[in-house]
Amino acid sequence: MVNILIPAIIKIVVVLGVLLTAVAYTTLAERKISAYLQDRYGPNRVGPFGLFQPVADGIKFFFKEDITPKRVFRVTYYLAPMCTLIPALITFAVIPFGESVSLNGTSYRLWIAENMDLGLVYLLAVSSLGVYGIILAGLSSNNKYSLLGSLRSVNQVVSYEIALGLGILPIAISCGGFNLDEIVRAQEKGIWFVVPHFVAFLIFLVAIFAETNRLPFDLPEGESELVGGYHTEYSGLRFAMFFMGEYANMITASALIVILFFGGWSLTFIKYEIFGSILAAILSVLVFCAKVAFFVFFFIWVRWTLPRFRYDQVMNLMWARLLPAGFLYLLIVGLFYFLLE
Amino acid sequence: MAISYIGVGFLLIIGLLMVPVTMILGKFFRPSKFEISKLEPYECGIEVKDSPKGRISVHFYIVAVVFLIFDVETVFLFPWAVAFDKLGLFGFIEVGIFLLLLIVAYIYAYFKGALRWEE
Repeated sequence: MVNILIPAIIKIVVVLGVLLTAVAYTTLAERKISAYLQDRYGPNRVGPFGLFQPVADGIKFFFKEDITPKRVFRVTYYLAPMCTLIPALITFAVIPFGESVSLNGTSYRLWIAENMDLGLVYLLAVSSLGVYGIILAGLSSNNKYSLLGSLRSVNQVVSYEIALGLGILPIAISCGGFNLDEIVRAQEKGIWFVVPHFVAFLIFLVAIFAETNRLPFDLPEGESELVGGYHTEYSGLRFAMFFMGEYANMITASALIVILFFGGWSLTFIKYEIFGSILAAILSVLVFCAKVAFFVFFFIWVRWTLPRFRYDQVMNLMWARLLPAGFLYLLIVGLFYFLLE
Repeated sequence: MAISYIGVGFLLIIGLLMVPVTMILGKFFRPSKFEISKLEPYECGIEVKDSPKGRISVHFYIVAVVFLIFDVETVFLFPWAVAFDKLGLFGFIEVGIFLLLLIVAYIYAYFKGALRWEE
Protein backbone atom coordinates (compact mmCIF):
# COMPACT_ATOMS: atom_id res chain seq x y z
CA MET A 1 0.00 0.00 0.00
CA VAL A 2 2.79 2.41 0.98
CA ASN A 3 4.73 1.90 -2.22
CA ILE A 4 1.59 2.82 -4.12
CA LEU A 5 0.68 5.86 -2.06
CA ILE A 6 4.08 7.54 -1.88
CA PRO A 7 4.63 7.77 -5.65
CA ALA A 8 1.03 8.91 -6.04
CA ILE A 9 1.48 11.74 -3.54
CA ILE A 10 4.84 12.80 -4.99
CA LYS A 11 3.27 12.89 -8.45
CA ILE A 12 0.33 14.96 -7.28
CA VAL A 13 2.53 17.51 -5.53
CA VAL A 14 4.89 17.84 -8.49
CA VAL A 15 2.16 17.98 -11.15
CA LEU A 16 0.06 20.45 -9.20
CA GLY A 17 3.09 22.64 -8.51
CA VAL A 18 4.14 22.63 -12.15
CA LEU A 19 0.59 23.24 -13.33
CA LEU A 20 0.05 26.22 -11.03
CA THR A 21 3.42 27.71 -11.99
CA ALA A 22 2.55 27.17 -15.63
CA VAL A 23 -0.78 28.93 -15.06
CA ALA A 24 1.03 31.89 -13.48
CA TYR A 25 3.50 32.12 -16.33
CA THR A 26 0.78 31.72 -18.95
CA THR A 27 -0.72 34.96 -17.66
CA LEU A 28 2.67 36.60 -18.10
CA ALA A 29 3.05 35.03 -21.55
CA GLU A 30 -0.38 36.32 -22.48
CA ARG A 31 0.56 39.87 -21.52
CA LYS A 32 4.03 39.74 -23.05
CA ILE A 33 2.95 38.21 -26.36
CA SER A 34 -0.05 40.53 -26.59
CA ALA A 35 2.34 43.40 -26.05
CA TYR A 36 4.81 42.28 -28.70
CA LEU A 37 2.02 41.65 -31.21
CA GLN A 38 0.89 45.22 -30.65
CA ASP A 39 4.40 46.63 -30.73
CA ARG A 40 4.56 47.41 -27.01
CA TYR A 41 6.87 46.13 -24.29
CA GLY A 42 4.43 44.58 -21.83
CA PRO A 43 5.31 44.15 -18.17
CA ASN A 44 9.05 44.73 -17.78
CA ARG A 45 9.50 46.34 -14.36
CA VAL A 46 9.44 43.37 -11.94
CA GLY A 47 12.63 41.42 -12.44
CA PRO A 48 14.42 40.89 -15.76
CA PHE A 49 11.90 41.05 -18.66
CA GLY A 50 9.14 41.17 -16.05
CA LEU A 51 9.76 37.55 -15.12
CA PHE A 52 8.60 38.04 -11.53
CA GLN A 53 5.38 39.74 -12.57
CA PRO A 54 3.20 36.68 -11.74
CA VAL A 55 4.65 36.63 -8.22
CA ALA A 56 3.83 40.30 -7.80
CA ASP A 57 0.32 39.67 -9.15
CA GLY A 58 -0.17 36.84 -6.69
CA ILE A 59 0.91 38.97 -3.74
CA LYS A 60 -1.35 41.75 -4.89
CA PHE A 61 -4.33 39.39 -5.07
CA PHE A 62 -3.60 38.38 -1.49
CA PHE A 63 -3.64 41.97 -0.27
CA LYS A 64 -6.83 42.99 -2.06
CA GLU A 65 -10.07 43.36 -0.21
CA ASP A 66 -12.66 40.64 -0.70
CA ILE A 67 -15.93 42.44 -1.35
CA THR A 68 -19.27 40.69 -1.12
CA PRO A 69 -21.88 43.06 -2.52
CA LYS A 70 -25.25 43.27 -0.85
CA ARG A 71 -28.17 41.12 -2.01
CA VAL A 72 -25.94 38.43 -3.47
CA PHE A 73 -26.89 34.85 -2.67
CA ARG A 74 -23.95 34.09 -0.44
CA VAL A 75 -23.78 30.29 -0.57
CA THR A 76 -23.46 30.02 -4.33
CA TYR A 77 -21.50 33.27 -4.53
CA TYR A 78 -18.77 31.70 -2.39
CA LEU A 79 -19.09 28.31 -4.06
CA ALA A 80 -18.74 29.51 -7.66
CA PRO A 81 -14.96 30.19 -7.77
CA MET A 82 -14.39 26.76 -6.27
CA CYS A 83 -16.59 25.16 -8.91
CA THR A 84 -14.47 26.67 -11.69
CA LEU A 85 -11.06 26.09 -10.18
CA ILE A 86 -11.38 22.50 -8.97
CA PRO A 87 -12.54 20.89 -12.25
CA ALA A 88 -9.81 22.83 -14.03
CA LEU A 89 -7.22 21.35 -11.68
CA ILE A 90 -8.43 17.77 -11.54
CA THR A 91 -8.82 17.35 -15.30
CA PHE A 92 -5.06 17.52 -15.61
CA ALA A 93 -4.75 14.22 -13.71
CA VAL A 94 -5.43 12.10 -16.79
CA ILE A 95 -3.12 13.94 -19.17
CA PRO A 96 -0.24 11.59 -20.04
CA PHE A 97 2.84 13.74 -20.48
CA GLY A 98 5.82 11.44 -20.80
CA GLU A 99 7.38 8.01 -21.12
CA SER A 100 7.36 5.87 -17.98
CA VAL A 101 10.48 5.66 -15.83
CA SER A 102 11.83 2.36 -14.56
CA LEU A 103 13.56 2.51 -11.19
CA ASN A 104 14.83 -0.65 -9.45
CA GLY A 105 12.95 -2.83 -11.89
CA THR A 106 9.56 -1.22 -11.38
CA SER A 107 8.18 1.02 -14.05
CA TYR A 108 6.44 4.19 -12.91
CA ARG A 109 4.07 6.19 -15.04
CA LEU A 110 4.60 9.90 -14.66
CA TRP A 111 1.05 11.23 -14.67
CA ILE A 112 -1.41 10.97 -11.79
CA ALA A 113 -4.26 8.82 -13.06
CA GLU A 114 -2.22 6.13 -14.72
CA ASN A 115 -3.85 4.07 -17.37
CA MET A 116 -7.43 5.19 -16.91
CA ASP A 117 -9.36 3.43 -19.66
CA LEU A 118 -12.03 6.10 -19.79
CA GLY A 119 -9.55 8.95 -19.61
CA LEU A 120 -11.09 10.95 -22.41
CA VAL A 121 -14.64 10.49 -21.14
CA TYR A 122 -13.49 11.51 -17.66
CA LEU A 123 -11.90 14.60 -19.14
CA LEU A 124 -15.06 15.61 -21.01
CA ALA A 125 -17.25 14.93 -17.99
CA VAL A 126 -15.16 16.81 -15.45
CA SER A 127 -14.38 19.76 -17.69
CA SER A 128 -18.06 20.27 -18.37
CA LEU A 129 -18.62 20.54 -14.60
CA GLY A 130 -16.91 23.92 -14.90
CA VAL A 131 -20.21 25.23 -16.30
CA TYR A 132 -21.64 25.11 -12.80
CA GLY A 133 -19.11 27.64 -11.56
CA ILE A 134 -20.06 30.02 -14.35
CA ILE A 135 -23.80 29.69 -13.91
CA LEU A 136 -23.64 29.95 -10.10
CA ALA A 137 -21.48 33.06 -10.33
CA GLY A 138 -23.85 34.70 -12.78
CA LEU A 139 -27.06 33.85 -10.96
CA SER A 140 -25.90 34.74 -7.47
CA SER A 141 -24.11 38.00 -8.28
CA ASN A 142 -27.24 40.14 -8.55
CA ASN A 143 -25.73 42.07 -11.43
CA LYS A 144 -27.10 42.14 -14.94
CA TYR A 145 -23.69 41.97 -16.59
CA SER A 146 -22.86 38.84 -14.62
CA LEU A 147 -26.18 37.29 -15.45
CA LEU A 148 -25.93 38.03 -19.17
CA GLY A 149 -22.33 36.84 -19.28
CA SER A 150 -23.10 33.59 -17.57
CA LEU A 151 -26.16 32.92 -19.75
CA ARG A 152 -24.12 33.44 -22.89
CA SER A 153 -21.26 31.40 -21.54
CA VAL A 154 -23.39 28.44 -20.53
CA ASN A 155 -25.25 28.50 -23.81
CA GLN A 156 -22.04 28.54 -25.78
CA VAL A 157 -20.15 25.97 -23.69
CA VAL A 158 -23.09 23.61 -23.73
CA SER A 159 -23.57 23.93 -27.50
CA TYR A 160 -19.96 23.41 -28.40
CA GLU A 161 -19.67 20.38 -26.16
CA ILE A 162 -21.46 18.40 -28.86
CA ALA A 163 -18.89 19.50 -31.42
CA LEU A 164 -16.16 18.52 -28.98
CA GLY A 165 -17.61 15.02 -28.71
CA LEU A 166 -17.93 14.78 -32.49
CA GLY A 167 -14.32 15.80 -32.92
CA ILE A 168 -13.18 13.09 -30.52
CA LEU A 169 -15.25 10.20 -31.90
CA PRO A 170 -13.21 9.60 -35.10
CA ILE A 171 -10.10 9.28 -32.91
CA ALA A 172 -11.91 6.79 -30.69
CA ILE A 173 -12.91 4.78 -33.76
CA SER A 174 -9.38 4.57 -35.08
CA CYS A 175 -7.88 3.75 -31.63
CA GLY A 176 -10.67 1.57 -30.32
CA GLY A 177 -10.80 3.25 -26.93
CA PHE A 178 -10.63 6.37 -24.81
CA ASN A 179 -7.36 5.61 -23.08
CA LEU A 180 -5.21 8.69 -23.68
CA ASP A 181 -2.01 6.72 -23.25
CA GLU A 182 -3.05 4.30 -25.97
CA ILE A 183 -3.99 7.18 -28.24
CA VAL A 184 -0.44 8.49 -27.93
CA ARG A 185 1.00 5.00 -28.49
CA ALA A 186 -1.07 4.60 -31.64
CA GLN A 187 0.44 7.80 -33.01
CA GLU A 188 3.94 6.82 -31.97
CA LYS A 189 3.83 3.87 -34.33
CA GLY A 190 2.27 5.57 -37.30
CA ILE A 191 1.36 9.04 -38.37
CA TRP A 192 0.01 11.87 -36.18
CA PHE A 193 -3.77 11.94 -36.23
CA VAL A 194 -3.86 15.49 -37.50
CA VAL A 195 -3.11 14.19 -41.00
CA PRO A 196 -5.79 11.51 -41.43
CA HIS A 197 -8.33 13.32 -39.23
CA PHE A 198 -7.83 16.89 -40.33
CA VAL A 199 -11.56 17.67 -40.43
CA ALA A 200 -11.99 16.30 -36.92
CA PHE A 201 -9.05 18.44 -35.86
CA LEU A 202 -10.68 21.59 -37.23
CA ILE A 203 -13.99 20.80 -35.51
CA PHE A 204 -12.21 20.02 -32.27
CA LEU A 205 -10.08 23.16 -32.45
CA VAL A 206 -13.06 25.46 -32.95
CA ALA A 207 -14.98 23.69 -30.20
CA ILE A 208 -12.13 23.90 -27.72
CA PHE A 209 -11.75 27.64 -28.34
CA ALA A 210 -15.43 28.06 -27.56
CA GLU A 211 -15.22 25.80 -24.52
CA THR A 212 -12.41 27.80 -22.98
CA ASN A 213 -14.19 31.09 -23.73
CA ARG A 214 -11.22 32.41 -25.63
CA LEU A 215 -11.37 34.88 -28.47
CA PRO A 216 -12.94 34.82 -31.03
CA PHE A 217 -15.53 33.21 -28.76
CA ASP A 218 -15.09 35.41 -25.72
CA LEU A 219 -18.61 36.87 -25.76
CA PRO A 220 -19.24 35.74 -22.17
CA GLU A 221 -16.71 38.26 -20.98
CA GLY A 222 -16.54 40.67 -23.90
CA GLU A 223 -15.08 43.68 -22.13
CA SER A 224 -16.68 46.21 -24.41
CA GLU A 225 -20.22 44.95 -23.78
CA LEU A 226 -20.34 43.11 -20.48
CA VAL A 227 -17.61 44.65 -18.27
CA GLY A 228 -16.16 41.37 -17.05
CA GLY A 229 -18.91 38.86 -17.72
CA TYR A 230 -19.79 36.41 -14.97
CA HIS A 231 -16.97 37.48 -12.65
CA THR A 232 -17.79 41.19 -12.70
CA GLU A 233 -18.64 41.25 -8.99
CA TYR A 234 -15.69 39.24 -7.77
CA SER A 235 -12.56 40.79 -6.36
CA GLY A 236 -9.29 39.78 -4.77
CA LEU A 237 -8.59 36.10 -4.30
CA ARG A 238 -11.95 34.94 -5.57
CA PHE A 239 -11.35 36.70 -8.86
CA ALA A 240 -7.89 35.14 -8.94
CA MET A 241 -9.51 31.71 -8.70
CA PHE A 242 -11.67 32.32 -11.75
CA PHE A 243 -8.62 33.56 -13.54
CA MET A 244 -6.50 30.56 -12.59
CA GLY A 245 -9.30 28.20 -13.55
CA GLU A 246 -9.53 29.77 -16.99
CA TYR A 247 -5.82 29.58 -17.67
CA ALA A 248 -5.58 26.03 -16.31
CA ASN A 249 -8.38 25.11 -18.72
CA MET A 250 -6.42 26.67 -21.53
CA ILE A 251 -3.34 24.61 -20.68
CA THR A 252 -5.39 21.41 -20.40
CA ALA A 253 -7.03 22.22 -23.73
CA SER A 254 -3.64 22.68 -25.38
CA ALA A 255 -2.43 19.43 -23.87
CA LEU A 256 -5.53 17.67 -25.18
CA ILE A 257 -4.98 19.00 -28.71
CA VAL A 258 -1.38 17.78 -28.54
CA ILE A 259 -2.35 14.32 -27.31
CA LEU A 260 -5.24 13.72 -29.67
CA PHE A 261 -3.83 15.17 -32.87
CA PHE A 262 -0.12 15.89 -32.52
CA GLY A 263 1.20 12.68 -31.08
CA GLY A 264 1.61 13.61 -27.43
CA TRP A 265 5.27 13.36 -26.55
CA SER A 266 6.17 11.34 -29.63
CA LEU A 267 8.51 12.57 -32.31
CA THR A 268 7.87 10.43 -35.34
CA PHE A 269 11.44 9.94 -36.48
CA ILE A 270 13.16 9.73 -33.10
CA LYS A 271 12.52 6.70 -30.93
CA TYR A 272 13.03 7.29 -27.22
CA GLU A 273 14.27 3.76 -26.55
CA ILE A 274 17.79 4.65 -27.64
CA PHE A 275 18.29 7.11 -24.77
CA GLY A 276 17.77 4.83 -21.78
CA SER A 277 14.89 5.09 -19.36
CA ILE A 278 15.50 8.26 -17.35
CA LEU A 279 16.85 10.42 -20.16
CA ALA A 280 14.02 9.24 -22.38
CA ALA A 281 11.45 10.27 -19.76
CA ILE A 282 13.00 13.72 -19.34
CA LEU A 283 13.22 14.25 -23.08
CA SER A 284 9.66 13.10 -23.69
CA VAL A 285 8.33 15.46 -20.99
CA LEU A 286 10.29 18.33 -22.52
CA VAL A 287 8.96 17.57 -26.00
CA PHE A 288 5.43 17.44 -24.64
CA CYS A 289 5.87 20.75 -22.81
CA ALA A 290 7.22 22.37 -25.95
CA LYS A 291 4.23 21.23 -27.97
CA VAL A 292 1.79 22.43 -25.30
CA ALA A 293 3.62 25.75 -25.10
CA PHE A 294 3.21 26.16 -28.83
CA PHE A 295 -0.53 25.67 -28.57
CA VAL A 296 -0.80 28.06 -25.64
CA PHE A 297 1.02 30.54 -27.87
CA PHE A 298 -1.45 29.69 -30.62
CA PHE A 299 -4.38 30.54 -28.31
CA ILE A 300 -2.83 33.95 -27.59
CA TRP A 301 -1.91 34.49 -31.22
CA VAL A 302 -5.49 33.88 -32.34
CA ARG A 303 -6.72 36.32 -29.70
CA TRP A 304 -4.93 39.19 -31.43
CA THR A 305 -5.67 38.02 -34.96
CA LEU A 306 -9.41 37.44 -35.13
CA PRO A 307 -12.11 39.86 -34.01
CA ARG A 308 -14.95 38.73 -31.78
CA PHE A 309 -17.97 37.05 -33.39
CA ARG A 310 -21.50 38.33 -33.10
CA TYR A 311 -23.64 36.10 -30.92
CA ASP A 312 -25.88 34.80 -33.69
CA GLN A 313 -22.77 33.96 -35.70
CA VAL A 314 -21.46 31.88 -32.80
CA MET A 315 -24.71 29.96 -32.57
CA ASN A 316 -25.05 29.51 -36.33
CA LEU A 317 -21.49 28.28 -36.62
CA MET A 318 -22.29 25.55 -34.14
CA TRP A 319 -25.77 24.47 -35.11
CA ALA A 320 -25.69 25.04 -38.86
CA ARG A 321 -22.07 24.24 -39.68
CA LEU A 322 -20.16 22.20 -37.13
CA LEU A 323 -22.95 19.84 -36.16
CA PRO A 324 -23.83 18.57 -39.69
CA ALA A 325 -20.15 18.58 -40.65
CA GLY A 326 -19.29 16.53 -37.57
CA PHE A 327 -21.98 13.94 -38.24
CA LEU A 328 -21.08 13.68 -41.88
CA TYR A 329 -17.40 13.26 -41.12
CA LEU A 330 -18.19 10.63 -38.50
CA LEU A 331 -20.19 8.61 -41.00
CA ILE A 332 -17.45 8.93 -43.60
CA VAL A 333 -14.81 7.79 -41.11
CA GLY A 334 -17.01 4.88 -40.06
CA LEU A 335 -17.57 3.84 -43.67
CA PHE A 336 -13.88 4.18 -44.47
CA TYR A 337 -12.73 2.05 -41.55
CA PHE A 338 -15.43 -0.46 -42.31
CA LEU A 339 -14.29 -0.83 -45.92
CA LEU A 340 -10.69 -1.00 -44.80
CA GLU A 341 -11.28 -4.19 -42.84
CA MET B 1 -7.30 0.59 -12.68
CA ALA B 2 -8.59 1.61 -9.25
CA ILE B 3 -5.19 3.15 -8.51
CA SER B 4 -5.79 5.88 -11.04
CA TYR B 5 -9.00 6.88 -9.31
CA ILE B 6 -7.18 7.03 -5.97
CA GLY B 7 -4.85 9.61 -7.53
CA VAL B 8 -7.82 11.60 -8.79
CA GLY B 9 -9.42 11.36 -5.35
CA PHE B 10 -6.31 12.77 -3.69
CA LEU B 11 -6.17 15.58 -6.19
CA LEU B 12 -9.83 16.35 -5.57
CA ILE B 13 -9.25 16.51 -1.81
CA ILE B 14 -6.23 18.79 -2.26
CA GLY B 15 -8.25 21.01 -4.59
CA LEU B 16 -11.16 21.13 -2.16
CA LEU B 17 -8.83 22.09 0.69
CA MET B 18 -6.82 24.59 -1.32
CA VAL B 19 -9.62 27.07 -1.89
CA PRO B 20 -10.80 27.54 1.73
CA VAL B 21 -7.23 27.48 3.03
CA THR B 22 -6.09 30.30 0.74
CA MET B 23 -9.24 32.26 1.57
CA ILE B 24 -8.63 31.90 5.31
CA LEU B 25 -4.92 32.67 4.97
CA GLY B 26 -5.76 35.73 2.94
CA LYS B 27 -7.99 36.96 5.75
CA PHE B 28 -4.88 37.86 7.78
CA PHE B 29 -3.47 40.02 5.01
CA ARG B 30 -6.30 41.72 3.25
CA PRO B 31 -7.91 44.93 4.47
CA SER B 32 -11.59 45.10 5.19
CA LYS B 33 -12.89 48.66 5.24
CA PHE B 34 -16.63 49.06 5.30
CA GLU B 35 -18.05 51.48 2.78
CA ILE B 36 -21.65 51.44 1.74
CA SER B 37 -21.03 52.23 -1.92
CA LYS B 38 -18.62 49.32 -2.25
CA LEU B 39 -21.53 46.96 -1.71
CA GLU B 40 -23.56 48.27 -4.64
CA PRO B 41 -23.64 46.06 -7.74
CA TYR B 42 -21.30 47.27 -10.46
CA GLU B 43 -23.04 49.65 -12.84
CA CYS B 44 -20.53 52.08 -14.38
CA GLY B 45 -21.02 54.57 -11.56
CA ILE B 46 -24.75 55.21 -11.80
CA GLU B 47 -27.23 53.92 -9.28
CA VAL B 48 -28.92 50.60 -9.96
CA LYS B 49 -32.61 51.01 -10.60
CA ASP B 50 -34.04 47.59 -11.31
CA SER B 51 -33.29 44.00 -10.42
CA PRO B 52 -31.23 42.07 -12.97
CA LYS B 53 -33.60 39.15 -12.85
CA GLY B 54 -35.86 40.18 -15.66
CA ARG B 55 -37.05 38.15 -18.59
CA ILE B 56 -34.64 35.93 -20.43
CA SER B 57 -34.82 35.23 -24.16
CA VAL B 58 -36.58 31.96 -24.95
CA HIS B 59 -33.71 31.01 -27.28
CA PHE B 60 -31.59 29.98 -24.34
CA TYR B 61 -34.23 27.49 -23.31
CA ILE B 62 -34.61 26.06 -26.81
CA VAL B 63 -30.87 25.63 -27.14
CA ALA B 64 -30.82 23.81 -23.80
CA VAL B 65 -33.49 21.37 -25.00
CA VAL B 66 -31.80 20.79 -28.36
CA PHE B 67 -28.51 20.32 -26.55
CA LEU B 68 -30.05 17.58 -24.41
CA ILE B 69 -31.15 15.67 -27.50
CA PHE B 70 -27.88 15.93 -29.39
CA ASP B 71 -25.57 15.47 -26.44
CA VAL B 72 -27.32 12.31 -25.34
CA GLU B 73 -27.00 11.22 -28.93
CA THR B 74 -23.23 11.73 -29.00
CA VAL B 75 -23.00 9.87 -25.71
CA PHE B 76 -24.80 6.97 -27.39
CA LEU B 77 -22.21 7.05 -30.14
CA PHE B 78 -19.31 6.68 -27.69
CA PRO B 79 -19.72 2.93 -27.04
CA TRP B 80 -20.24 2.32 -30.74
CA ALA B 81 -16.93 4.06 -31.50
CA VAL B 82 -15.10 1.90 -28.96
CA ALA B 83 -16.60 -1.38 -30.11
CA PHE B 84 -16.40 -0.43 -33.77
CA ASP B 85 -14.31 -3.44 -34.79
CA LYS B 86 -16.51 -5.98 -33.04
CA LEU B 87 -19.85 -4.64 -34.21
CA GLY B 88 -18.90 -4.52 -37.87
CA LEU B 89 -21.56 -4.03 -40.55
CA PHE B 90 -24.47 -4.58 -38.16
CA GLY B 91 -23.30 -1.82 -35.83
CA PHE B 92 -22.56 0.52 -38.68
CA ILE B 93 -26.01 0.16 -40.26
CA GLU B 94 -27.67 0.48 -36.88
CA VAL B 95 -25.81 3.69 -36.09
CA GLY B 96 -26.62 4.89 -39.59
CA ILE B 97 -30.34 4.44 -38.92
CA PHE B 98 -29.97 6.07 -35.51
CA LEU B 99 -28.23 9.06 -37.04
CA LEU B 100 -30.75 9.23 -39.87
CA LEU B 101 -33.63 9.59 -37.40
CA LEU B 102 -31.78 12.38 -35.64
CA ILE B 103 -30.86 14.09 -38.87
CA VAL B 104 -34.53 14.18 -39.80
CA ALA B 105 -35.25 15.74 -36.40
CA TYR B 106 -32.39 18.15 -36.94
CA ILE B 107 -33.67 19.23 -40.36
CA TYR B 108 -37.13 19.75 -38.89
CA ALA B 109 -35.75 21.84 -36.03
CA TYR B 110 -33.56 23.80 -38.40
CA PHE B 111 -36.30 24.77 -40.80
CA LYS B 112 -38.66 25.48 -37.93
CA GLY B 113 -36.11 28.13 -36.95
CA ALA B 114 -35.32 26.70 -33.54
CA LEU B 115 -31.59 26.93 -34.13
CA ARG B 116 -31.56 30.33 -35.77
CA TRP B 117 -30.63 33.04 -33.33
CA GLU B 118 -31.73 36.22 -35.12
CA GLU B 119 -35.42 37.11 -35.06
